[in-house]
Amino acid sequence: MSEDYRSMWTELGLDLDAHDALLGILGQAYQDIFLSQKDRPEGMGYFDFVMSEVHGLRIKELMDEKKEGRKIIGAYCVFVPEEIVLAANATLVGLCSGADFAMDEVEKYLPRNTCALIKSAFGFKLGKVCPYLESADMVVGENTCDGKKKAYETLGGMVDNLYVMDLPQVKSGIGWELLKEEYDRFKTSVEELTGHKITVESLKQAIKTVNAKRAAIHRLSSLRKADPAPISGLDALLANQVFFYDNPARFTDSVNKICDELEKRIEEKKGVFPEKTPRILISGCPQAVPNWKLPFLIETSGAVIVGEESCVGERGTRNLTDDSGETVEEMMEAITDRYYKVDCAIFTPNTDRCDHVKEMAAEYKADGVIHYGLQFCQPYIMESMPVEKALEDSGIPTLRIETDYNMEDAGQLKTRIEAFIEQLK
Amino acid sequence: MNFAGIDIGSRTIELVIVDDSGKIVENFQADTGFDPARTAGEMLKNMEYDRIMATGYGRNLFEINFDAPTVTEIKAHATGAKAFFPDPDIRTIIDIGGQDSKAISLFENGKVKKFEMNDRCAAGTGKFLEIMAKSLGYDISDFGDEALQAEEDISISSMCTVFAESEVTSLIAKGQNRRNIAKGLHASVVNRASGMINRISSEGDIVFTGGVAKNPCMRELLSKKLGRNIVVPEDPQLVGAYGAALIVMDSATN
Repeated sequence: MSEDYRSMWTELGLDLDAHDALLGILGQAYQDIFLSQKDRPEGMGYFDFVMSEVHGLRIKELMDEKKEGRKIIGAYCVFVPEEIVLAANATLVGLCSGADFAMDEVEKYLPRNTCALIKSAFGFKLGKVCPYLESADMVVGENTCDGKKKAYETLGGMVDNLYVMDLPQVKSGIGWELLKEEYDRFKTSVEELTGHKITVESLKQAIKTVNAKRAAIHRLSSLRKADPAPISGLDALLANQVFFYDNPARFTDSVNKICDELEKRIEEKKGVFPEKTPRILISGCPQAVPNWKLPFLIETSGAVIVGEESCVGERGTRNLTDDSGETVEEMMEAITDRYYKVDCAIFTPNTDRCDHVKEMAAEYKADGVIHYGLQFCQPYIMESMPVEKALEDSGIPTLRIETDYNMEDAGQLKTRIEAFIEQLK
Repeated sequence: MNFAGIDIGSRTIELVIVDDSGKIVENFQADTGFDPARTAGEMLKNMEYDRIMATGYGRNLFEINFDAPTVTEIKAHATGAKAFFPDPDIRTIIDIGGQDSKAISLFENGKVKKFEMNDRCAAGTGKFLEIMAKSLGYDISDFGDEALQAEEDISISSMCTVFAESEVTSLIAKGQNRRNIAKGLHASVVNRASGMINRISSEGDIVFTGGVAKNPCMRELLSKKLGRNIVVPEDPQLVGAYGAALIVMDSATN
């Protein structure tokens, strides 16, 4: 990254030495995990560029937007509607939570047995290394799991612009009403922040922009049904991760360009792995940048990942928002309808998720499912057992993995993953 | 043609050579030491075989040093155990080795159906028993026999080696009988192993492999706890290496 960014990072209050160390590790990991892959689609060059500039050019773009009076809103969860943010003339970015950082500092505020994702969010704040968080005019926390709920109480003392959104836990009429009310309250707050009242036109346009982004990802996902797989699971996951950071229109174009290339590959029967390579569906906890541990272990053990049943993946992008509403109220209802369907494990009961895993396994012709649970993530770990049972009852081999961001269990995980892949052959 | 299988474990390395009918013609064992590749290299000196396959935690190291194919411990143990006990009703394996343990269930045709492995630490493995034997002043080879002579059942609540060691110290200080403590320690490992087995299989005989299968107290307590019959191959530590030899034989002949 160019030296020009250093003054920008200093202005944002980053700890430059710690940040250099983070970028060093990130760059090396990217080299080892992504650039070492064979036969990558040329279109991935765009994502390589985005990742090389993830704390540079992209932050500069955000800072330029801010200079023009646009507001930046940071979020940790797929329940925060980008439609509302865009319609009020603001930009939504995902906040960093995919790597261990400043863990000794973090454990002054959070119990040791807190999931890696929550700890990471705190580590990036306490270590002063997340330019997204520091550039945000509003940070949105959401009441999903107990860990996050309570953690936001503490985070509120560290960031002065934290906004907490409540979420239902049961999908009943009351649950829908709660979500709708919370989205209305969020809309008002975002309008107050930006000074832009959301109109029928701005909301309609925002819905179209976000839908286009989702549709591009749907197209990418659907191309992964081909055998041989035209793109690695790692690269597809990366596209799903960049979904949260990039300019929406540019992202949509770039994903569609890759899809054009993949369609040609499929016609020519070209793939990143040979035909009949065992196909894996990952299901479970989100994999935020730069959490590439599990897919890396899987794809270097002789299998290809063909889908992610995850917030960073199909759980997050499934379903478009109906854009046919003619009033802001109608469209707010449509937004509520769309997000209400997200089958996060904080809901009880959450039988839709199990059905979706089975559907995805069939659709992407997965030979087996690896359930990815972050250690201490109670909702997903609790669900992993019934999900495993349901899958095995329908004849789909399943491996449950529980891990964190640390690499110390990599050897043990690799043995389990290799044995699972042997089982599928 | 002869085929070799080498199982590079955390504590020991086993080498098995089979002829083209799958019969064991030679087998060797050595302590892994701190340089597994070198130990393996020395074991292979003067050995005659046509193909070799590696398994165990050191398999990837072997692959790099000796350019040989590898297989996981799971499949190797499944294959080896099945060869020892071809009865189609025997479809469950428990392997307790030096630093890991695993339970495997098989389909009728011998293919792996489901498996469980212990977590990242060595709780509930041979290493745990070894350290506990030492802290009670027993030789590991007598530990099981001594434990079987216990007069009373006591329960040891710590699975962690470090905590269990201090629990043992305090039991000794209270004047508790050494053999009773020994049995309690065995029972705690058995609880862990039976939990793993119950997650993957509920009936039929169980093949017990790995060095810990030589311990009579472990066999007896496990059988009692599960209410199932336990069968042990003649040399339970060789099962992984034997399985690897059979897999490479199979790939060469088919």
